[in-house]
Amino acid sequence: MRINGKAIVMGLYLLFLMLPIYWLINMSLKTNDEILGVFSLWPQNLTFANYATILTDSSWYMGYVNSIIYVTMNTVLSITVALPAAYAFSRYSFMGDKHLFFWLLTNRMAPPAVFALPFFQLYSSVGLFDTHIAVALAHTLFNVPLAVWILEGFMRGVPREIDETAYIDGYSFGRFFIKIFMPLIASGIGVAAFFCFMFSWVELLLSRTLTSVDAKPIAATMTRTVSASGLDWGVLAAAGVLTIVPGALVIYFVRNYIAKGFALGRV
Amino acid sequence: MEKTVNQKAWFLVLPVLILVAFSAVIPLMTVVNYSVQDTFGNNQFFWAGLEWFDDMLSSERMWDALARQAAFSAIILAIEIPLGIFVALNMPKKGFWASLCLVLMSLPLLIPWNVVGTIWQIFGRVDIGLLGYTLDKIGISYNYTQDITAAWITVIVMDVWHWTSLVALLAYAGLQSIPDAYYQAAKIDQASRWAVFRYIELPKMAGVLMIAILLRFMDSFMIYTEPFVVTGGGPGNATTFLSIDLVKMALGQFDLGPAAAFSIMYFLVILLISWVFYTVMVNLDKREG
Repeated sequence: MRINGKAIVMGLYLLFLMLPIYWLINMSLKTNDEILGVFSLWPQNLTFANYATILTDSSWYMGYVNSIIYVTMNTVLSITVALPAAYAFSRYSFMGDKHLFFWLLTNRMAPPAVFALPFFQLYSSVGLFDTHIAVALAHTLFNVPLAVWILEGFMRGVPREIDETAYIDGYSFGRFFIKIFMPLIASGIGVAAFFCFMFSWVELLLSRTLTSVDAKPIAATMTRTVSASGLDWGVLAAAGVLTIVPGALVIYFVRNYIAKGFALGRV
Repeated sequence: MEKTVNQKAWFLVLPVLILVAFSAVIPLMTVVNYSVQDTFGNNQFFWAGLEWFDDMLSSERMWDALARQAAFSAIILAIEIPLGIFVALNMPKKGFWASLCLVLMSLPLLIPWNVVGTIWQIFGRVDIGLLGYTLDKIGISYNYTQDITAAWITVIVMDVWHWTSLVALLAYAGLQSIPDAYYQAAKIDQASRWAVFRYIELPKMAGVLMIAILLRFMDSFMIYTEPFVVTGGGPGNATTFLSIDLVKMALGQFDLGPAAAFSIMYFLVILLISWVFYTVMVNLDKREG
C-alpha cells in the first residue's frame, strides 16, 4: 500500500509539472486557425509550419544565434577566471578570504533590476551597447560567483598530496594546473559550465536591456511578438519549445548535479 | 583539512576581482552617485543629499510594492518548502524511476524565465489554454488579466510549478545522505512515521533546507520576468513587485534619483535578510562538521 501511495503522489506531481509543457508543445504543432477555432487535446492537423517559420526567418533564428553567442562567451569567460580563484579558495587561506567569498555571493543576491540601468549606461558609454560581449560581461555578475562556488566544492575533493607530489616532481604551477589538475576535476568543470550556460540562457531582463538589434536574444524576440497585435500563438509556442531544447538535451547527464548547481555547490 | 597560509593566493583571485569590479562595483557606484544627486538634464547634476531616500521612504508606491513583494515571497515559501519536502519523501530512492523523476522534475528549472511566463500565459487563457478552458467549462469564473485574485493565484501557481522541484531536489539530496542504520534503529525502537521524520529526517535535512529557503527567498524577492510576461504587473498594479516597479521607474520614466535610492534600499533589504540566512547556514555547517 505504501509504495502505491508514493507512486500516486509522484504521479500527480509529475503530471502537474508536465501538463503546461505538453500544452505548449501541443500548440506549437497546430495551425493558428485550429488554436483559435477548435479546442482539442492534441493536434487534429499536425503541422510543422510554425517551426519552419522560425528556422527560415532570420529575424527569428538570429535570436537563437545571438543567445548562443553571448551565452558561450559568458561561459568561457566565467570558467576561465573562476578556475584559479576556486583553486586559491580551496587550497590556501589568505587575508580576507572569507569576506571575499561572501562578497562574491552577494553578487548572486543582487537583483538584476538594480543593475539594469547602470549597465545600460556603462556599456553605452564605452561603446559596447548592443554587442554580445556586453551581455556576456553583464551575466558574469551572477555566473562568476556561481562558477567559483561550484568549482571550489569539486576541488576540495581532490587530495592535496597530488599538488605536492607534482611540485616535487618539478612541475610549474601552470603546467601542473593544466596537465594534471584540470583533468582531475573535469566533471566539475563540466557541471560549472553547464550552470553558467543555463543561467545565462534563462535570463531576460539584462540581456534585453543591453541589446536592441544586432545582439537581440531569442527571449527578447519572443516578448516583442507577445506585445504585437494579432498574435501568432503557434509560432510563439514553437519558439518556446525550441528554447527548452538545450536544457532538455543535457538534462540526463547532469541530473545528479542539478541540486548542487542551484545550491552554489553546497550540497 | 588545514589550509596553508599563502598571501600570494591573492594573485589567483585577481582576475575574478577585476571582472566583478567591472560588472558589479562600478555599476553599483553609479547607482549610489545618482541616489544623492538631482539633474535638470544636460548632464548637470546637483547634490541632493538624502532627499531621494526621504521621498522614497514616504512614497506609498514603494511601500505598496514592498508589501506585495513580501506577501508574495511569504506565500510561495509557505507552499514550496513543505510541498518540496513532501515530494522528496515520496521520491523513489534509486533505479530507473529515480532517474526519471530527477529528469522530469529538473525540466521546469531549465526553462528560460520568459518562456515559463509564456507557458502559463497560454495555459491560463480561457479561450485557448487547457487550465483556463477547463475552469471556465466547470463554471469557475477565471480571468487573470481582469481579476486580481485570479492574477495572484496564477502567478503563485506558476512559481510553485517553476521552483518546487528545486526544494524537492535539495531535500532529496539531504535524505540520500542518511545512512540506513538510522532507519533500522528507529524500526527497533518502533518509532512512528512522524517520529522518524521529526527526529531523523528533518535534522539531517536542516542544512540543505536552509539553502533552499535562502535561494527561494532571494530569487522570489527579485522576481521580474515571469509575472511581467503573464500579467505585466496588472491588473492595475496588483502584481507589480519590486523589480517590476523599479524597472518601470528607471528604464520607463528615467527617474534616476528616486530609482537609485529605491535600488539601494532594495539591495540592502535582500542583503540583510540573506546575511541572516547565510550566518545560520554556516553555523549549521560547523555543527555538523
